[in-house]
Amino acid sequence: VEICVCVKRVPMVGGAITVTPDGLDVDVTMSGFTVSPHEECAVEEAVQITERLGGTVTVLTLGPPEAADQVRDMLALGAHKGVLLQTDGAEWGPIATAAAIADVVGADGSGRGNGGYELLLFGNESADTGGYQVPVRVTHLLGLPCVTGIKRLEIVDGAGESQRRLVAGREYRGTEEVFDVALPAVVSVKEGINLPRYPSLPGRLRAKRAAIETIEPVFAAEGLRKERLRVPAGSGKRAQVLGSGAEAVPALVGLLDELGILS
Amino acid sequence: MTVLCLLETEASGGAIDASMRALGVGAALASSGGEELGAAWFGPEDAVDSEALAAAGVNRAWAIASPRLSGYAPVAWARALSGLAAGAKGPVSEGGLASASGAVSAGGPVSAVVAAATDHGNEVLAHLASISGLPMAANCVSAERSGPGECRLVRQRWAGSLLEDAVLEARLALLTVAADAVDAQAAGVANGSAGVSVERYEPELADDDLLVSAAESAERRTGVSLASARVVVGGGRGVGGPDGFAVLEELAGLLGGVVGVSRVVTSEGWRPHRQQVGQTGTKITPELYLACGISGAIQHMAGCQGAKTIVAINTDAGAPIVTKADYAIIGDLHEVIPALVAALRDRQR
Repeated sequence: VEICVCVKRVPMVGGAITVTPDGLDVDVTMSGFTVSPHEECAVEEAVQITERLGGTVTVLTLGPPEAADQVRDMLALGAHKGVLLQTDGAEWGPIATAAAIADVVGADGSGRGNGGYELLLFGNESADTGGYQVPVRVTHLLGLPCVTGIKRLEIVDGAGESQRRLVAGREYRGTEEVFDVALPAVVSVKEGINLPRYPSLPGRLRAKRAAIETIEPVFAAEGLRKERLRVPAGSGKRAQVLGSGAEAVPALVGLLDELGILS
Repeated sequence: MTVLCLLETEASGGAIDASMRALGVGAALASSGGEELGAAWFGPEDAVDSEALAAAGVNRAWAIASPRLSGYAPVAWARALSGLAAGAKGPVSEGGLASASGAVSAGGPVSAVVAAATDHGNEVLAHLASISGLPMAANCVSAERSGPGECRLVRQRWAGSLLEDAVLEARLALLTVAADAVDAQAAGVANGSAGVSVERYEPELADDDLLVSAAESAERRTGVSLASARVVVGGGRGVGGPDGFAVLEELAGLLGGVVGVSRVVTSEGWRPHRQQVGQTGTKITPELYLACGISGAIQHMAGCQGAKTIVAINTDAGAPIVTKADYAIIGDLHEVIPALVAALRDRQR
């Protein structure tokens, strides 16, 4: 199965998030970078599929030159090829991002087709901007079926290799919705679909040496414009300390009583 | 002009809570532009109570149904909304604004489509945006009309750890609403009538629109769900390993709640992912969240900020959770939790 997985470089944010003085970006001077968690699971899923059925996993990202690091991280997890759609680091909106991805994975440059990929995998939403739409937009540009928010994915044989299908499940209000679509298809997954492996040492070495194909797409502005980022009010309060260790238990029981939890 | 809200419905009838919260944001958008408020859902006319809609300020409502449409089909739903938005007629209320001024613009009388930021809402609006060639703003917490074809809005980034003030320029504004971040009471002003007349809308659908259709598995999870639990006992790295959760389960049982965990716990394989609270797990809204041995990374807090009261138990008084919780106990959960369990058992006797 030929699979392309799209990932996004995002800051590794821990206990607090801060905004740059101009209010336009997350302050990343102290942070490392990673890919969105859903996407790490998408890469793991792709690697597991090719381990079972054969094929190759291509990891694609759109971002600054440093985003090649995240592509290499994914190669270390078992992906085979890397593609970087290199930008100047400006934030791209979902419409331009989807167009750039579709251009590259589209077979003949006409914007339709799937570039030989049977499966295009995405994370359900990026950790930072959370736009929830790039995979769906790519779907429409390529004329493929799309399922999103998937937590169970199975590739099943149809009558022949060209008729492979996928059965995909997602959680919806206490039940599972099941989709059955023909490949090629676009799938966005959620964390929990699998447990991503840790990179192996040989994997890291292979990733370090791998050639990454670099393409420079053309930026386009779009109708949703960021004006300012801010940390919500109310962050940074301090908890009332009830006490230390087991000695604080009576105070905690009193609080639970007060909150009506024990009634 | 009309702000059209997509309502998801309960199998047992009525709109889901998230949709009613999104309707509140839609109502505020409509009133900021002097527009009408419309509601639409997929299913029979009586799937949503017309009095509840009137009380929420809805002026017009559409029940979308087609013999070709039996369940959830994201592209078909988007196609139907697109058709409804383009063809919906002006308000029927006597002397209504739009009919009085004859304002049925060339772009169609619907100025915005609003849905809850659920899996369905985000997916359908993303398809609608793609079909229409328009931008879409996901996870909004407020929106107001700032001019023709322009809205000012606030939307979540990092699942709500960060807010973005943005401008959306589009002839048809497409928004989803982060329902857990907006008030249920913020719904619009009652429109003054006892009910809303519900029209039936039958969309034109092509075969391709139905390629992706959901079948619902018969399996329904039983027991208290993490998302709706009244009490959640959270465990993080401080629990120390898979064996440490038995006492948390016991405590959750005593409090009538369930166990939730942080991301490190599921990525270590200590507990299944369905118990994960956070940005990439479940968002919870309990009366009490007891966070044990959890440091309080923003991705975790994004999942539990809907809790009414957060109590942290942590050995590190400098952990981020201590600045984010309402109450804290500085200490080892392996001492505090068994002592708490014993105290609660004593009370029961």
